Amino acid sequence: MAHLELDNLSAAYGKLRVLDGIELSVAKGETVGLIGPSGSGKSTILRVLTGLLKPETGSVRVAGKTINFDKPSEIRTLRNRTAIVFQQYNLFQNLTVLENVMIAPTKVHRRKRSEVQAEAEHLLEKVGLASKLESYPDQLSGGQQQRVAIARGLCLKPEILLLDEVTAALDPELVSEVLDTIRELAAEGMTMVIVSHEMGFIREISARVAFMAEGKVVELGTPAEIFDTPKQDRTRDFVGKILRH
Amino acid sequence: MGSFFGELWSLATYHNILFLAKGALTTIALSAFGCILGGLFGTLLAVARLTSGWLSWPLRAFALLFTEFFRRVPFLVTLMLCFFAFQFGGFDVSTLTVGCVTVVLIGTAFLAEIVRAGLQSVHPNQWHAAEAMNFTLLQTIRYVILPQAWTVILPPAFGFFILFIKDSALASQIGVVELTYVGKVFNNRGFSAGVSFGVILLAYFMLSYPLSRLGAKLEKKLGTSRTR
Repeated sequence: MAHLELDNLSAAYGKLRVLDGIELSVAKGETVGLIGPSGSGKSTILRVLTGLLKPETGSVRVAGKTINFDKPSEIRTLRNRTAIVFQQYNLFQNLTVLENVMIAPTKVHRRKRSEVQAEAEHLLEKVGLASKLESYPDQLSGGQQQRVAIARGLCLKPEILLLDEVTAALDPELVSEVLDTIRELAAEGMTMVIVSHEMGFIREISARVAFMAEGKVVELGTPAEIFDTPKQDRTRDFVGKILRH
Repeated sequence: MGSFFGELWSLATYHNILFLAKGALTTIALSAFGCILGGLFGTLLAVARLTSGWLSWPLRAFALLFTEFFRRVPFLVTLMLCFFAFQFGGFDVSTLTVGCVTVVLIGTAFLAEIVRAGLQSVHPNQWHAAEAMNFTLLQTIRYVILPQAWTVILPPAFGFFILFIKDSALASQIGVVELTYVGKVFNNRGFSAGVSFGVILLAYFMLSYPLSRLGAKLEKKLGTSRTR
């Protein structure tokens, strides 16, 4: 059964319709890649899934339960089940690396500090930043900051990890360190929705890929189906352009 | 010059110094009330203005009306309004109380805007990250936003505090015995304006200078905390 289901989901920024009848499901442990041109609504899906944007119509179901976006308590539940990693990392600039990872579990979820600290240190070690615990975000490279952001997301123990163009702001030589971290997570069975322009990576890591344009899922299939034998013209166009590079 | 110092010497009697100290203390009390309580209430108003959702709109409306009203009305007029409001309400309170209430009202309105500007100067992505992790508004402000907003809040806040010490002189208009009032009394007792107000000038400087030093020190200390 699908762990995450989006049914006929539509959303708008003011009058601008950005999602238009999205149908998408993600199974537990599955990695789904979202690709498509800028402004196609990829990141907006992630904003809805973190409760940062309220959908106009349609439904979001997590583990079979439909989220009512009019109820703050249900938005909180949704946010407890998901964690997002932003393109610009969005680390708290006033806190050290360790504090960035620990603050939500200790202050929001009120978990025991000692327990959270052990977990946070373990996660930071896993992303290769054991030596940077006391550094501040502005003392780290972009790739390092992004790995802290991933550790921060993981420390929330999300059921679904949402990655929003996490390598788009990085220097090319820093991209691989972040991708390695995500590869590891996929191998461990983390449920993920990944928005990315790294086509090679999306192809390698995703079980399924959704090609989006103008707020719609134009085509959904295995990476081979989307990249090698796309059925829709729009997909063929997009993939053709990307692969020619 | 000799007569200036001679006059100054004759002013320095026990009772005059005591009177001056009392005036200085009143000025300090007025300013402290306005700055500390004003800072506290101002922060609350700033936070109120950042709430969202229809449930809290009366809160936002109140905060907006309050800040806009008291920032626009001159100090002296607010002072008179308070004075007559207490009289009209039949409350028999001292002029010092009226002065304190006035400075808190004005301090709140001005500091609310300074704090709001500081909070909003922090990059929106910091708010979004906190929101996506289920921080409440107050948690976001306490743990994430305020620590990054200090560098924006402190310079204008301390500038305002120092202005405020001087503005509190207007309370003398309703008979609050603060520094300026003491100067007028000295002058009325026959001391020259130069000596009377020279002493007061020095006293104001001695009050505001340490405050601006403190401001600079805090700025330096908190400025090293990381901001984007």
